[in-house]
Amino acid sequence: MHALLDALVIAILALNLYALGVSRIRAVINAVALQGVLLGGLLFLVHATLDVRGALLVIATLVIKGVVIPAFLVHAMREAEIQHEVTPFVSFMSSMLLGAVGTGLAVGFAHTLPLAEPHTNALLVPASFATVWTGFLLLITRKKAIMQVLGYLLLENGIFLFGLLLLEAMPFMVEIGVLLDLFTGVFVMGIIIHHISREFSSISTENLAELKE
Amino acid sequence: MIYLLIAFPLFMAAATFLWPSDRTRPWLLPIGGLGQLAVVLGAMSLTMHGAVLTGLSDWLRLDALGRLILGFVSVLFFLCSLYAPGYLALRADRPNRLFCGNLFLVQGLMSLVMVSHHLGLMWVAMEGTTLASASSLYFNHNARSLEATWKYLLIGSVGIALALLGSFFLAYAALKAGLESTLLFDALVREAPRLSPPWLHAGFVLLFVGYGTKMGLAPMHTWKPDAYGEAPGIVGTLLAGGVTSCAFLAILRMYHICVAAGEADFAREIFVATGLLSMAVGAVFMVRQRDLKRLLAYSSVEHMGILVLGIGLGGAATYGALLHLINNGLTKAVLFLSAGNIHRAYGSKMTSDVRGALKRVPLSGALFLAGFLAITGSPPFAPFVSEFTILSAAIRDGHFVVGGLFLLLLGVVFVGMGATVLGVVQGEPPDPPPGAPVLRDSVATGAPIVLCLALVLLLGLYVPRPLVTLVREAAAFLETAP
Amino acid sequence: MLLNILHTVLHVTVALTLPPLLLGVIGKVKALFAGRVGPRLLQPYYDLFKLARKGSVISQTTTWVFHLGPVMGLVTPLLALLFVPLVDSHAPVSFNGDLILMVYLLGLGRFCTASAALDTGSSFEGMGAARELTFACLAEPALFLGLLVLVKLTGSMELATMLGSSLAGHWPTAGASLVLVLLSWFIVLLLENSRIPFDDPNTHLELTMIHEVMVLDHSGPAFGMILYGASIKLFLFAALLVRLVMPVSTGSLALDWAVLVGGVLIVAVAIGVVESTVARLRMTHVPLLIVAACLLSGFGLVLLLR
Repeated sequence: MHALLDALVIAILALNLYALGVSRIRAVINAVALQGVLLGGLLFLVHATLDVRGALLVIATLVIKGVVIPAFLVHAMREAEIQHEVTPFVSFMSSMLLGAVGTGLAVGFAHTLPLAEPHTNALLVPASFATVWTGFLLLITRKKAIMQVLGYLLLENGIFLFGLLLLEAMPFMVEIGVLLDLFTGVFVMGIIIHHISREFSSISTENLAELKE
Repeated sequence: MIYLLIAFPLFMAAATFLWPSDRTRPWLLPIGGLGQLAVVLGAMSLTMHGAVLTGLSDWLRLDALGRLILGFVSVLFFLCSLYAPGYLALRADRPNRLFCGNLFLVQGLMSLVMVSHHLGLMWVAMEGTTLASASSLYFNHNARSLEATWKYLLIGSVGIALALLGSFFLAYAALKAGLESTLLFDALVREAPRLSPPWLHAGFVLLFVGYGTKMGLAPMHTWKPDAYGEAPGIVGTLLAGGVTSCAFLAILRMYHICVAAGEADFAREIFVATGLLSMAVGAVFMVRQRDLKRLLAYSSVEHMGILVLGIGLGGAATYGALLHLINNGLTKAVLFLSAGNIHRAYGSKMTSDVRGALKRVPLSGALFLAGFLAITGSPPFAPFVSEFTILSAAIRDGHFVVGGLFLLLLGVVFVGMGATVLGVVQGEPPDPPPGAPVLRDSVATGAPIVLCLALVLLLGLYVPRPLVTLVREAAAFLETAP
Repeated sequence: MLLNILHTVLHVTVALTLPPLLLGVIGKVKALFAGRVGPRLLQPYYDLFKLARKGSVISQTTTWVFHLGPVMGLVTPLLALLFVPLVDSHAPVSFNGDLILMVYLLGLGRFCTASAALDTGSSFEGMGAARELTFACLAEPALFLGLLVLVKLTGSMELATMLGSSLAGHWPTAGASLVLVLLSWFIVLLLENSRIPFDDPNTHLELTMIHEVMVLDHSGPAFGMILYGASIKLFLFAALLVRLVMPVSTGSLALDWAVLVGGVLIVAVAIGVVESTVARLRMTHVPLLIVAACLLSGFGLVLLLR
């Protein structure tokens, strides 16, 4: 049980590096989708007793994070006729190394935090920080709007990981609300990406540089 | 009753979405605004007389803070809604279904933020306001508004995401202390002294950064000039007066927990530093600012700084800051709406094109000038009272450096903003392009602003007793640990 | 004592005879994926015999360095293999710190092969040597970091102990780190043995080749030695993986050997599957994957150190 949990978390961390290192947008979407599925699996494992609410939540996570959002992004990509290459400001190698350094620091940092008794050895906390950091990296170092949405999704995944420690405190309503907000957010962003690609015939955010001092 | 506060605007939103006619739809806004104001006043008078309004097993509660800010936002929304029909009649070229509906949606979600006593629920509502207001920003459908919307949405969402992480940290602080981990404010405040300090600090910082992004505090303010610059005046008002107030309320709730935990000094230092930084950033970028609406956005950054600075100073300054929330919001309404009129009249918002507003659109020009005097803290307008309260509290408590910087920055703002504003209102208006219809002041787009200004003036001369009570209660609520 | 000799004899016998079979298995799997019948499983043995009987053409510009390359290419992996415990905790030679010798024996082999390539004076082979060494020096940290994980876990600097049966006890507690090392080493295996996605052993385009381009000038028995040496190197890495995953000791010698041979064959099948399903990386993306391997191992180490 514990080993399986660790394995899933490791897979999530590996997907972080993968998302930073690959050059095709579809691959990043797939990584984020797979991460969503793994999060659903983690939720399933962490839930000690699986009642109707828990089951609903697992299914909602799997469906929204693992299927609906990625499918929507793929759809948005096709609609907006986005080119498949990720265009980074910072090279793939550097962003991957930065991601790795961040992951290492996250492990060290989580070690210094006063964790509650059952979590002292859990990988969840460092994994959460590392994923948040990866999300930030993608947000900052990629030019295309869709990559920034993916970065935002990774960021949310990282926060979700931390939320797993707090399952008792997180009432069902809120979890569903967070998922719904996330979905709506991505939906609205997708629509705006569509508008951006129509307005500028490209979704590089370098076009969005008219408003400045 | 408490459900009605949220349900009424949502119901109006649904009605607005379903309303068939673009021409008559804007009139639903004042009707809904008035209805919402009535509901809120009803709820306020109930709670003022001792009744407790709660719902959803204590997840919702109308407390002193919520009462004050909710009341103010409802007034602001009502004033804006009076302006909306006149404005939308001028913009008959664009469909307004989404625009009007989303205004109600934002109002409903803001009410939810005010009354929610659960960190998670509040987060959901807050993120909702970001998403609902995004489409209103894009009302003009051009490249610039697209860019502004994208930045607003992305920066806002990321900021809010950090706030979620902060909320989790806070819950973890409770868990670490061996408490039943919870996100309910009342429980957190009650158990605050036992919360694990490192997690509390980390949670506070993240929540402050997250909601501070939403509020537009420097250095997380970068979306603000873009968003306010491209938004229609009415949306700018609601963002600058309403949504920022919601974010401020969220930060206050967090501060309340810190106070209860005996960590108020930690929070206050951050508040004072951020407040001064925001004022400085606002002041610097206002100097030689050539875009009217961006000018107002930086003014908003500055005043958000004043708000947190006031809270950070504590004592009487808390009272001043809460009062300033109202004064700033109302004055911003005057400025944004009149700037919107000027923008319409000239077809531009750059100082290179806009000159002699007092001659072209005398009423809007005069209102804009008066709004400028008010926002920079000139007597006899209301912001003077609140800013003076904060300043005197700073001096009385011995914060001479902070007080001095506060005064200095206000001076810089006055000079910088004055140069731009006077250039706009004075001088000879350029010849309008031949053939284009010249927009003049009208009652529909002028009267609501006059009403706002009248309120600003009134509050400057005399603060009514019930309002004083409201603000006092809110300040007392905030400053005391149970 | 007798058992030790038996172990050593078996060890050397398997190390000498089994490796070409792995190439056969990989070829068969690839053929099955492509829907062909493919060459026989034992084809690599026939190839080696064929090459051994052939004469060779040697460029006049070359010196003794050119002749040293293939010999060292065969000898060094064989020597390195002597330190790897194939069953139980037993390796023919072992001493404290032998892990470093093993890695540098492999490095010596690479050095000699690259020198031989440079000795021909051909620009193509020089390019291949440059590529090979660049990638190899990126991959070495991955191998070492993985070994460090094992050192940290077992507290020993002896390969025979590090990959011995005591490792099995650490899987339940440090499984995460070991999985990371496994992934990392599999990538290193693909790289060190010039497999897709790094290099294509069957390619005929000099411009895209890495390892193969270095040995273009070798022919006949020398080329046979290179092929044989390469297969031994593949066997060595496969054995490392198998020992990492299944450091079991059943007590029965036959069963232990069966586990090892079966495991190595499974690794060969896995390589075949990877080669059939994955596309070759663009040359510029190769370092990215190698660095990822280093990061995986490094992360495994960080997990242990926290």
